[in-house]
Amino acid sequence: MGGSYYESNADLLNIELQLLLDAIFLRYGYDFRDYSKAHIKRRILHRLSISQLSTVTELQDRILRSREFFIDFLDDLSINVTEMFRDPEFYKSFRENIIPKLKTYTFFKIWHAGCATGEEVYSLAILLQEEGLLDRCQVYATDFNRKVLEIAKEGVYQKADIEQYERNYQLSGGKKKLADYYQSMYGSVMLNKELSNRIVFADHNLVTDSVFAEVNLILCRNVLIYFEKKLQDNVMYLLYQSLVPSGILCLGTKESIKFTRVEKLFDIVDEKQKIYKKKIV
Amino acid sequence: MYKAIVIGTSYGGIEALRLILPQFEENFPLPVIVVLHIGEHSNDLFIRHLNNMCKLAVKEADSNEPVLPGYIYFAPPNYHLQVEDDFTFSLSTDVKLNFSRPSIDILFESAAWAYKNTLIGTILTGANSDGANGLKIIKEMGGKTIVQNPCHAIASAMPKAALKAVMPDIRLNIEEIAGKLIELAYSK
Repeated sequence: MGGSYYESNADLLNIELQLLLDAIFLRYGYDFRDYSKAHIKRRILHRLSISQLSTVTELQDRILRSREFFIDFLDDLSINVTEMFRDPEFYKSFRENIIPKLKTYTFFKIWHAGCATGEEVYSLAILLQEEGLLDRCQVYATDFNRKVLEIAKEGVYQKADIEQYERNYQLSGGKKKLADYYQSMYGSVMLNKELSNRIVFADHNLVTDSVFAEVNLILCRNVLIYFEKKLQDNVMYLLYQSLVPSGILCLGTKESIKFTRVEKLFDIVDEKQKIYKKKIV
Repeated sequence: MYKAIVIGTSYGGIEALRLILPQFEENFPLPVIVVLHIGEHSNDLFIRHLNNMCKLAVKEADSNEPVLPGYIYFAPPNYHLQVEDDFTFSLSTDVKLNFSRPSIDILFESAAWAYKNTLIGTILTGANSDGANGLKIIKEMGGKTIVQNPCHAIASAMPKAALKAVMPDIRLNIEEIAGKLIELAYSK
């Protein structure tokens, strides 16, 4: 049933959807109420079509009564698609524009907010190591989905993706070969343990938790696109508050401080790659 | 009575869009939203080129941007583009659908939920089957469906797949499509 039933009852779908998100917030504290709805709707209809459930209300019943079912359902709502050195141009700009600044610090802190399965955190660690900076920093990598944090901690990825990652790495201005940073085993690759020495993986929810730490650099890429305007604004402000003066904010290619409440609070470092610097005020 | 046009195309799409989009006048009453499979690379050049040819403003859609007449919006490379119920755009980096990101199905399905029977869905030349399911949903929700005649398309797979999934309201050769869209846009 699912999709085709709701096609003639579209308003009902919206009502049930709103009730479901309220229920999840009340029961488990995860707040998806101000997320963009089209994506959530698609995932929920997909879930209905592959399960024995016929309405969102039935789905809600299962979710309310089974934490395990809810934990599985959380994967439907979170986007964990990522890759190493995704958007190589960004890493290239980072190397050129941000690394020289970081080199002037004896110690600095980095927060990678919304790290998913960790591919981009390790990319950053590789870059920092090549620039001789990894020992001088503390990296916090956070996500609200504990399952993906476990994967991130392992640092084991599919061999099938490595070719793409190697290409990205070279385009990003990598100084060696990506193969220097991992061991192959069966169909997987395991990233060198020394890369994760300075990374702490932690559970943090940008929507419901407050400032995480005061840091010199924040990476929060392709997270804000899932939020409605008001929530986007609030999270943007939370990121602002978590930065030291002159701290650096890196957003995704299609995210911008433009038209948000922090627009006037940052200087632009690289407009195209969405790298910003907090004003001293 | 219609409120928006969505167009999906891949191989041969640039040529097809160059025949259609410049024909819309400055005061064209409907927003036009396009998914063109163009690979992971930037489509800045192509957008600049179209901007020179078109009377409407051509741009990449941004997250939370309102969908307005006067514009032709393109899905950014490597992002899925969706229309929300409040007629704003949202983007996602979700897994590829039909080996595509942006996926035509994802745009069409979300736009169908938002616009229901006031949407016009159009499938043009292309080399895979993305868009067929989305067009079916547009039809099921009462929107108008147009498919380019596959016999004359640069690549026939996409219009063929669409014709297999849904009996469209209108099937036309490429040079007739702009005229039909204009006629529908001004219909009461």
